[in-house]
Amino acid sequence: MRTPVFLLIWLVICAAVFVAALALGNDYIFFAGYVVLQYVVLGTAWNILGGYCGYVNFGSAAFFALGAYSTVAIYRLITEHEFYRMPIPVLMLIGGVVSGIVGFGMGYLTLRLRGAFFAIATLALAVVLQTLVVNWDYVGGSRGAYIIRPEQIAPFGNYIRYLFLIMMLLAVAAITTARLIEHSRLGYGFASIRDDELAAEASGVPTLRLKLIATTISGALMGMAGAPFPYYIGYLQPSSTFGLDYAVNSIAMPLIGGTTSWVGPLIGALLLGSLQQIATVTISSAVNLLIVGFLLVIFVVIAPNGIIGLIHTYLQRKPEDFVGRRRVEAEMPGQVP
Amino acid sequence: MVFSFDLLINAVVSGILIGGFYAAVTSGVSLSFGILDIVNIAHPAFIILGSYIAYIANATLGIDPILAAIVMMPVFYVLGAAIYQVYYVSFEKRGQESLRGLAFFFGLLFITEVTLVLYFGVDYRYVEARYIGPSWHFAMLDIPLRILVPCLVSLVLTASLQIFLTRSFLGRAIMAVAQDQLALRLMAVDPIKIKRIAFGISIATASLAGAFLIIIQPVEPSVGREYIGRIFAICVLGGMGSLPGTVIAAMLLGIVESLTSTFYGPSWAPAVSFGFLLLTLAVRPAGLLGR
Repeated sequence: MRTPVFLLIWLVICAAVFVAALALGNDYIFFAGYVVLQYVVLGTAWNILGGYCGYVNFGSAAFFALGAYSTVAIYRLITEHEFYRMPIPVLMLIGGVVSGIVGFGMGYLTLRLRGAFFAIATLALAVVLQTLVVNWDYVGGSRGAYIIRPEQIAPFGNYIRYLFLIMMLLAVAAITTARLIEHSRLGYGFASIRDDELAAEASGVPTLRLKLIATTISGALMGMAGAPFPYYIGYLQPSSTFGLDYAVNSIAMPLIGGTTSWVGPLIGALLLGSLQQIATVTISSAVNLLIVGFLLVIFVVIAPNGIIGLIHTYLQRKPEDFVGRRRVEAEMPGQVP
Repeated sequence: MVFSFDLLINAVVSGILIGGFYAAVTSGVSLSFGILDIVNIAHPAFIILGSYIAYIANATLGIDPILAAIVMMPVFYVLGAAIYQVYYVSFEKRGQESLRGLAFFFGLLFITEVTLVLYFGVDYRYVEARYIGPSWHFAMLDIPLRILVPCLVSLVLTASLQIFLTRSFLGRAIMAVAQDQLALRLMAVDPIKIKRIAFGISIATASLAGAFLIIIQPVEPSVGREYIGRIFAICVLGGMGSLPGTVIAAMLLGIVESLTSTFYGPSWAPAVSFGFLLLTLAVRPAGLLGR
């Protein structure tokens, strides 16, 4: 499928979802849906580095929070000096640039070494950025920062609908980027790093440059997902913004869905995100995090290729099955017994 | 901030003492990450688990936390051996340890933390023992016993680990497994068994480190996260898998952190370890006493 067609289909789906959510007439749908979409972006962003290149990033929360806190800093700047109020897409771009730069710097320092060092450094990055924010009074320090969200916005009515729409468009952009990468030279380079970095390096793949591209894109997308967050939550506090739940969710979702294609994080985020929203309302928010932890461990141990992998093996086990036969035929025309 | 000599000396001494405690916290990771090449990022979670067990033993039975931790070490050993078995079968055997193995340990870390929050809540817990409270005074020095005791026991632990690794047959086999698994197999030793034992020992040290932690400071489930950066910074700075290097690096980090919190305020201390880590990785990835 060509990319413009792919994009068009998703935009149509988005419009349909938005209209359907409006028709339900309950704004809670937008509040819950926003979080799920945010995880679609975070999961997809994580997967660009983790799934395609095989480098684990435990610092999703740090990149996410960087985006959120750059919004807070700009908000403070604007309210103090009475500048022109920036629209959220611009804030997202700024958050993306900030997180992208930090991602690049982190990668440059640690990616030349073994993969484990990068993972540990990202884990430590979250702690350090939190320390910086706690000590930085301008963005609220440990007390947190308030952002006053406008009640209404012109064509949409309630502001949350506008935020939801923006996050939905970002999710589409993230998925399209992931799919573009997958089918490009870049994606094949990433895959060669994941499968055997030494062999890739020996065959002339510029591994460091590719890894840096991946960290930058991935970090930037996470920052963009974080930028509108202060407007969503209204009160931003360091310990929750840097919370481990963002890190664990953005790892769990791609690994549960499947890491090899853009479909995996999408499925994982939609399933796990909705499950969490339901569990938070019906049980408690601590229990739903426990569910995510257990699902992550169970999936990496039992189903290493996630839901996508399970579907694949199911289809391949039954060659008589119509769908399975069609798949086999498509792959090897004329060789089906 | 007024600079005073007293303050400086006290900061350095308390840094060395805290560094001794950091050595105990890190020795387990030096064993698993440094020698066995298993990136056990869940190690701090096991330390917190050890803290809570020491807390329960202390609060319900009135046992000394360090004694309780020593009694619990075999249990932690078995837990560690079991975790290694799962890790080996599901990741190392399939060659997927880099991505999924890391995610596995991250999941363990998360599950332990959330379970502790569900059971104990996020209140700070502390233990009671005779050496908590009083401190020794030498001239201008001020040495709190609650830090001195863990530091000394921790140095004993690290020293005995070092002797075990370099003198005993099993210890040498553990060092050998890091160098050449195939050669070990040719000597009719099962490398998987050796690794299982080593990983068990590494988790067993977490029991003791947990008791030290709760003696030194009140503990709540998410405290462990601050230690992730510290532990790996010390491990890398000391030179992966070198226990003497670990002790030196731990004391260095302890001193720098202590100076930072004395002269800039304690809220900056967590950033020190990260600076250490990045600097080491950028300048000398092999660490101080690296192989």
